[in-house]
Amino acid sequence: MAASSEAQSSAPSVSLWNDPKKRALIYQAIVMIALIIVAAYIINNTAANLEKRGIASGFGFLQSPAGFDVGMSPFLKYDAAKATHGTVLTVGILNTLLVAFTGIVIATVLGFIMGVLRLSSNWLVSKLAYLYVEITRNIPLLLQLLFWYFAVLGTLPSKRDSISIFDLFFLNIEGLFGPLPIPQDGFWMVGMGLIVAIVAVIFIKKWAQKRQDETGQPFPVFWVSLALLIALPLIGAAIAGFPLEFEHPQQNRFGLRGGMIILPEFAALVLGLSLYTAGFIAEIVRAGIQAISRGQTEAAYALGVKPGITMRLIIIPQALRVIVPPLTSQYLNLTKNSSLAVAIGGAEIVAIFAGTSLNQAGQAIEIIAITMAFYLTVSLLISMFMNWYNRKIALVER
Amino acid sequence: MTDLSYVRKESHPDLPPPKSEVGVIAWLRQNLFSNWVNTLLTAAALYLLYKAVPPLFNWMFWEADWSGKTYQDCTSDGACWAMVRVRFDQFMYGFYPVDERWRINLGFLLLLGTGIPLLIEGVPFKKYLAIFVFLIYPFIAFMLFYGGMGLTVVETNEWGGLMLTLVLATVTIIVSLPLGVVFALGRRSNMPVVRIICVAFIELWRGVPLITVLFMGSVMLPLFLPPGTHFDKILRTLIVMAFFAAAYMAEVVRGGLQAIPKGQFEAAQAMGLSYWKMMGLIILPQALKIVIPGIVNTFIGLFKDTTLVLVIGLLDFLSIIQSATTHKNWLGTATEGYVFAACIYWIFCFGMSRYSITLERRLDTTHRD
Repeated sequence: MAASSEAQSSAPSVSLWNDPKKRALIYQAIVMIALIIVAAYIINNTAANLEKRGIASGFGFLQSPAGFDVGMSPFLKYDAAKATHGTVLTVGILNTLLVAFTGIVIATVLGFIMGVLRLSSNWLVSKLAYLYVEITRNIPLLLQLLFWYFAVLGTLPSKRDSISIFDLFFLNIEGLFGPLPIPQDGFWMVGMGLIVAIVAVIFIKKWAQKRQDETGQPFPVFWVSLALLIALPLIGAAIAGFPLEFEHPQQNRFGLRGGMIILPEFAALVLGLSLYTAGFIAEIVRAGIQAISRGQTEAAYALGVKPGITMRLIIIPQALRVIVPPLTSQYLNLTKNSSLAVAIGGAEIVAIFAGTSLNQAGQAIEIIAITMAFYLTVSLLISMFMNWYNRKIALVER
Repeated sequence: MTDLSYVRKESHPDLPPPKSEVGVIAWLRQNLFSNWVNTLLTAAALYLLYKAVPPLFNWMFWEADWSGKTYQDCTSDGACWAMVRVRFDQFMYGFYPVDERWRINLGFLLLLGTGIPLLIEGVPFKKYLAIFVFLIYPFIAFMLFYGGMGLTVVETNEWGGLMLTLVLATVTIIVSLPLGVVFALGRRSNMPVVRIICVAFIELWRGVPLITVLFMGSVMLPLFLPPGTHFDKILRTLIVMAFFAAAYMAEVVRGGLQAIPKGQFEAAQAMGLSYWKMMGLIILPQALKIVIPGIVNTFIGLFKDTTLVLVIGLLDFLSIIQSATTHKNWLGTATEGYVFAACIYWIFCFGMSRYSITLERRLDTTHRD
């Protein structure tokens, strides 16, 4: 105390400790030094441990053969005999992205439906939606995944007597089998038709907007776009002589082979993730709609706008501003939660790379670091995209 | 002259509203059959309920088996609750020695006895209760659960079941809350080095899934310590889970700090309060009060996330049920196990979320018309 009062009396030369700026510098130096010491300690220990266990660090293991089967690889041919840990990583990343994308689409659709139903004037429907939300939100996701995988999909019939749907799809314990479309020569015509259709739709939308701004006459953009998007690729296909063949699953001694297959692990994962996240999205949507004042609805009704159009053109666009930020974090959660596939033997990055590859190659630090870096990148990309979308729909004030 | 006209001296008593406007019928008309869309929706919902509810009740109660020694004893069509009955003690205590289980009961009763009053409004001596729960109780609980001071030591590999789940959840919350406050303050600090470190820490932990964090705890953490150090598996899990939770907690607390008007900071500084006094006496009491619902919500998420320790081989509540249903005596009881687990988790989480909503209403001092 004595020192500080002395320092205060000699005003111009403030002691080091009582000058906030210098004090801050000292604090930061201390924090920095502490951090460096801890880091050095950890690195030193890790090096000693690795040396003791005879593990060479580095990313060379990505080129060494993996030698195990990953179960699911819809995007690139996976050959267990030739695959390296690098291939496993690629397959894992692609599968994770597929799960996340499918899950986000289903969860968003279901979540919006449930959120709107929750606000329905129909008492019974609203209470059922409430029941759905409270059940999915309050039970751990892992438990839900295990339930879908073991208790529901586990009761499917064995591969000998699979359920047949129109002789096209077959459902059994090994998954859902269906015909796999294989494009033949000339398939580019269909793609061409689709591209032309998309370009046309963009132009029609702009033209319709301009016409409505000028003359007030609406144009049925949605139906025309839909017709174009279906018709043009079909015309392309007709010109090329329908260049598409289907590979149907064949029954042989070991069960169904060939065709397109949706594995039960994938189905359970997507089902569990989307049902769980939809519960949260429903609550976000409900809160967002309720945040829009009743006056907006009443004003729309007073102008004679129909309830459906009121919802679509007046309430939802305003509610989106409230909905998008928390929705972003739900998308991030869903992506991160896809890592739970490891519990039901799925084939995404944590299960096959941070699980099997880690056990085989033993490069714990490198593998965990790569996995974490992947998730950080995805998190960053999703939040960047959603921030861009959020800016786009944000209220433009004068 | 006689008064021929009739003038009523008193007003006519109010007539009841028409039958179609009150009572059950009106309610039904307004809420279920107001227009044809609603009528269709009601019909669909009723059909759904008719298809789902009776079979569910049949399976869960009327046709269920309640006693037996193996799955073969469950002969009816319904659920085989005998499994839950036989294994119930294990689900609660894991492989904790039977003679020592009173210690767990005592430990959790103590927590309930001191923790619940802390959550109720208007209970006196809250300050002392909080000091007890956050500073003294952890040591008592450690002594009770692990042993020492005359009690037999129970190694952590014998811990399991609901007890382990609650230990993981409680320790994580008690550690992560103060840690989260520190990181939130660091993130709002004026010192660039401190701020950058805190931002990096928070975003790193929040950007990765808990499973990779748990993997890190089980395979990487032992590498960070001097060779030959024995490091308990549950302790490792607790450490990484506490850091993970602290990052989320920090963001919740930061929300509260940002909601405090700048005038509060300036007034405190004008009074000559030091940084820690300003934070401890003026800012944090207000900020933490605002974010209590957020903290409870984070805690619900954490409680659900404790199930992930199944992946690294700890026998928590879900994991021990999962292993019971794969035992040869009880093969085929997976659904029963999951339904039982779901009920217990649901009760905990729903209770906490109700509490959070009540708090939100109580703390909401905005005036609504």
